[in-house]
Amino acid sequence: MTDVAIEIADLRVSLSGTEVVHGVSFAVPKGSNFGLVGESGSGKSTILRTLVGLNVSWSGAMRLGGFELRYHRDKAFFRRCQMVFQDPYGSLHPRQTVDRQLSEPLLIHGLSEVDVRIRRALAEVGLPEALRFRYPHQLSGGQRQRVAIARALIAEPEVLLLDEPTSALDVSVQAEVLNLLADLQRARGLTYVMVTHNLAVVAHLCETIGVMQEGVMVECLSTDDLCAGRARHPHTQALRGLSTELEEAPAWKRGAGGEPA
Amino acid sequence: MRDLRVAFPTTRGMTEVVHGISLSVGAEKLGIVGESGSGKSVTARSILKLLPPSARISAEELRFDGIDVLRASEREMRAIRGKRAGLILQDPKFALNPVMTAGAQVAEAWRTHRRGTRKEAAAAAVELLAQVQIRDPGRVAGLYPHELSGGMGQRVMIAMMLAPDPELLIADEPTSALDATVQAEILRLIEDLVSRRGMGLILISHDLPLVSHFCDRVLVMYAGRVVEELRANELSDAKHPYTRGLLNCLPSLLHRKQRLSVLARDPAWER
Repeated sequence: MTDVAIEIADLRVSLSGTEVVHGVSFAVPKGSNFGLVGESGSGKSTILRTLVGLNVSWSGAMRLGGFELRYHRDKAFFRRCQMVFQDPYGSLHPRQTVDRQLSEPLLIHGLSEVDVRIRRALAEVGLPEALRFRYPHQLSGGQRQRVAIARALIAEPEVLLLDEPTSALDVSVQAEVLNLLADLQRARGLTYVMVTHNLAVVAHLCETIGVMQEGVMVECLSTDDLCAGRARHPHTQALRGLSTELEEAPAWKRGAGGEPA
Repeated sequence: MRDLRVAFPTTRGMTEVVHGISLSVGAEKLGIVGESGSGKSVTARSILKLLPPSARISAEELRFDGIDVLRASEREMRAIRGKRAGLILQDPKFALNPVMTAGAQVAEAWRTHRRGTRKEAAAAAVELLAQVQIRDPGRVAGLYPHELSGGMGQRVMIAMMLAPDPELLIADEPTSALDATVQAEILRLIEDLVSRRGMGLILISHDLPLVSHFCDRVLVMYAGRVVEELRANELSDAKHPYTRGLLNCLPSLLHRKQRLSVLARDPAWER
């Protein structure tokens, strides 16, 4: 049996007194990718934020690598689990250089060899060292998201939580970031939990997909099943239909079926 | 529009961001596609002269139905803006007035351009909200923007733009802030209204497949230039490497790839 990195059982989350996640359960094996899709307000981001400790009113059980999570997350938790947010414009400190932002997790966790680790982290996410002492506003959107990924990975976590990591980016940059995430996973054996509304993005990166609707996980299926059109729940089928509708336009179909560039 | 150039002042002098664009739109659906910073929004906004005062616009020719936009006074421009050419913005959360009800905003747009009593305007507003397929328009008219969902807000925006019965609709990323299901509904609504009223449409987006699905003609912009113009059904025959690259880097449910191809940028495209 494979190790389980994350296990969530009957999770219920309330925001200002209203229950928004109604008993969601799933498990993510170590080294695999789990995708959560759904529309705005379906509770997918809320699950991720609760997992990382940003919501306190929840009930149910959450386990990270077998350890039961309590209401308070300690330092050891963040050593093992980090999060990347949607908007790199908002998640990086505007008045701190890339170097300072990357060294902060190292200081918090008392890791040595700060200089070496920062160089390595920048190289891993494909950023030139010249950017090390720049401020976020001097970077492009794609570069900022790379810095955010580097910051999440610098303390060498096992699990990375990704909240819409590419939806603020152009499609060409999105492709670069998705490839980067796939490479990093292969190199480090990371576990990803990714939240997005873009079904094609999730299907590209994740093996298993949980579909959320109004705070309930209506279906949990493998990407192969989804792509082959074996979704059972009408909401999943509707989302899939919207995602493939544009591709199935006759003119576009001929182009997409072509050679991989 | 012929040879449009737009420049903005920077610390190092004027920087040209749109380098000579020519286009014409009739009663058709034109799509403009490009990445952030490619100049697509600036191009569309210069038709209405809706750029910051520091921007310098020049063109050999820039006409809206015979009116020379570059020489037109602000007063003449106001007669075009809204009345004859409507602009739909990306995010209804920021584009609507947060302290006015939806109905009052639509009514205001109607009264500004049509002249009429408040009562007529209020009735017209409800009628317009019904036209953008809002169920129960009477109730929605009394709601404030924060009480509306994203899709509803965008419908209210569209209703405001329809009030003066414009000839041209400019939609600047009208659906990128919305969910996929709502996105499809809004685009279908825009398409339906445009064809029913015989309006022209300029749809600006970064989503190439989406634009080609809804438009007759697509302009692909890169770094302030049009690199390719395509009939929408010829998208698969796109020749420019940038257009091809944009198509290839999309993940897809039907054609799965091990690895996404990445756009290799060629400095020659900027010339």
